[in-house]
Amino acid sequence: MVAVLKTVSVFTIPAFIAFILIYGHIRGVAVYETFVEGAKDGLTTAFRIIPYLVAMFVAIGIFRSSGAMGFVIKVLSPVLNFIGLPPEVLPLVIMRPMSGAASTGILAELLQAYGPDSYIGRTASTIMGSTETIFYTLSVYYGSVGVRNIRYTLAAGLLADAAGILASLTVCALFFGR
Amino acid sequence: MVNTVWILLILVGILAALPAGNIEAVTQSAFDGAKHAVELSFGLIGIYALWLGLMRVAEKAGLVKALSNRMAPMLKFLFPEVPSGSPAMGAMAMNIIANMLGLGNAATPLGIKAMKELRALSHDKETATNAMCMFLVINTSSVQLIPTTVIALRSAAGSANPTEIIGTAFIATVCSTLAGIASVFILKRYY
Repeated sequence: MVAVLKTVSVFTIPAFIAFILIYGHIRGVAVYETFVEGAKDGLTTAFRIIPYLVAMFVAIGIFRSSGAMGFVIKVLSPVLNFIGLPPEVLPLVIMRPMSGAASTGILAELLQAYGPDSYIGRTASTIMGSTETIFYTLSVYYGSVGVRNIRYTLAAGLLADAAGILASLTVCALFFGR
Repeated sequence: MVNTVWILLILVGILAALPAGNIEAVTQSAFDGAKHAVELSFGLIGIYALWLGLMRVAEKAGLVKALSNRMAPMLKFLFPEVPSGSPAMGAMAMNIIANMLGLGNAATPLGIKAMKELRALSHDKETATNAMCMFLVINTSSVQLIPTTVIALRSAAGSANPTEIIGTAFIATVCSTLAGIASVFILKRYY
């Protein structure tokens, strides 16, 4: 199972690239020109997230270097260890449903501080890759049609988020080993 | 809400540094953080460009439309209240596929169109219908096949194997979506 997952992970990107190029070519798309045109957006996207990255790098950096993070980790680690969550990942879990850009900043900071191939780095990456922002999405979509009473949408969204986090922790423990 | 968390992180950090005598470390980490954030974004440009280029090809080739046509049976199960020929079904299918492919920019207008079609089917215009709840829960727990931003960040941080989390993230995101769908089916009986 673990071997299968590893193989799938390694082959996904090359297979995806090949599939898109072949599919595009068959459907008569000028593949190279279209690629270049789309790639221009890479610049603007990377620059657009700079303010969010700066905000989160500074905030998390202060929180960690002051010793506050160490204190929170010490207090909460018995609880968090029970569900298998590395305490360092807690800020990401809290921010994830609120803001995509802010949680991107937190993940980037975690990867830099602990290394992308550490257990913390892998778990944080898996959580980030398997969950979505909730509050922002709901306000955009419901706002666009003027719905005020959203009934159980938020509850169901948060349940799905919690399930994604617990599943991430379980799969990472099995797959990468703590 | 992001506001509160952000302010708390910084102010609690500064206050905690005072008794510990760490105040210089706080200044240093604030400046370092700002600098690293900008350096990181340069590392992201290339990977974003690669991915957005490929995605433009997929979009122009009509991949979203082709895949969404195959989703009809599943949508019928998820949205029993919506008539199967309704334009809402088409817009929702295309939105879900665009989200799976990580085409966030293409997904949002399709999603808003889907919401407008769903509202046209409802009587009380200010209250969410079950179909709206289901659609948005699937959206917020979206099954993303390839988490591109995460891979880009891992690669920029010097990972030996940036894509190794695709498998684990996929399993976790399927669990999350299934839990979301199950929650809607259960909660809609009580609201």
